[in-house]
Amino acid sequence: MFKIFEPNKIFKITSKAPKYVIFLFVVILTVGLSEALIFSPEDYKQSHAVRIMYVHVPAAWISLSIFSLITVLSIIGYIFKHQNFFLISKSLAPSGFVFNIIALVTGAIWGKPTWGTWWAWDARITSMLILALFYALYLITWRLYEDKEKVMKITTFITILGIINVPIIKFSVDWWNTLHQPASINILSKNVIHSSMLMPLIIMTAAFALFSLLIFLMKYNTELIKIKNKGLDRL
Amino acid sequence: MYGRKVKLRFLFIFIILTTLILTVFLILKSLEENVIYFQSPTDIKKLSDIYKKKIRVGGMVKKNSVSISANELKFIISDFKNEIIVTYSGAVPNLFEEEKGVVAEGYLKDKNFFLATKILAKHDENYMPPEVKEALEEK
Repeated sequence: MFKIFEPNKIFKITSKAPKYVIFLFVVILTVGLSEALIFSPEDYKQSHAVRIMYVHVPAAWISLSIFSLITVLSIIGYIFKHQNFFLISKSLAPSGFVFNIIALVTGAIWGKPTWGTWWAWDARITSMLILALFYALYLITWRLYEDKEKVMKITTFITILGIINVPIIKFSVDWWNTLHQPASINILSKNVIHSSMLMPLIIMTAAFALFSLLIFLMKYNTELIKIKNKGLDRL
Repeated sequence: MYGRKVKLRFLFIFIILTTLILTVFLILKSLEENVIYFQSPTDIKKLSDIYKKKIRVGGMVKKNSVSISANELKFIISDFKNEIIVTYSGAVPNLFEEEKGVVAEGYLKDKNFFLATKILAKHDENYMPPEVKEALEEK
């Protein structure tokens, strides 16, 4: 079923891709940052503190998406016993982890001037911290175990445990009283964020997504080179 | 189409996920009281006895309820059904305002009086520039 995965063919594409991605990333980040920091208006209530949101929200989105993606890939890889899915997951994880930490830190920086506290043990913030711990577990597992079979099983299990936390993060603000505000951007109902603020948010999300793609490609290329050097280990 | 092992692994993952989701759901359901960050004035009214330990009450700061005396701030937290009077001395966050969300941490004196030791402003999900806010208010 997955005969298309031949390391040499993939490597031809993935080794060339980073230079284009980095160009696109720099362009979009420049546009996004100037929109977010200069051109977008200040908020009626929190004034300039709103600009932290343009880093905080995209970072949180990306870290949640990457974890979901890792889980799906790990499960497919586990069911069909295909190593390539695990290599993709492994290469995706570090950027997801970094964005998770960024979301937590920027949240704290925003929380101090608006809420009046750096940290609150409310459901949203705590569940986001738990996600960071799952990312850490996932990354440590890859370093800890040499045996491929073992590492695939354990990482799949960790992602399955962690994925239950993802809907909890998303809906925590609706299910329980939290200090964190509910979502401003809704697919089904009306957005309660003004379009002049939505614009930089979307551009910054695109920039962060490109950055994750860039790091992913670099990590993934390393994995492919390792396999090529060994010569024995076929995908 | 797929091998027997593949089907078994699929079933394995499916059962693990279902079991875990159910377990976590039940745990969270039973822990609800601890998961929530603050209680509403209505929750306080429903209490059978008054807590001695520190709790948090949250809701809206009622319009025209904030009064500042020599060393005390007094205001009413409302959830549009029930209200609770809060007294506090100390600095409040910048976003503390009438008709905006607030979370007060402290001790209950009785079901209508709350002695706050810390005030947090709760920000809502509305984001807009000041001009838009003004335009909205004019309407």
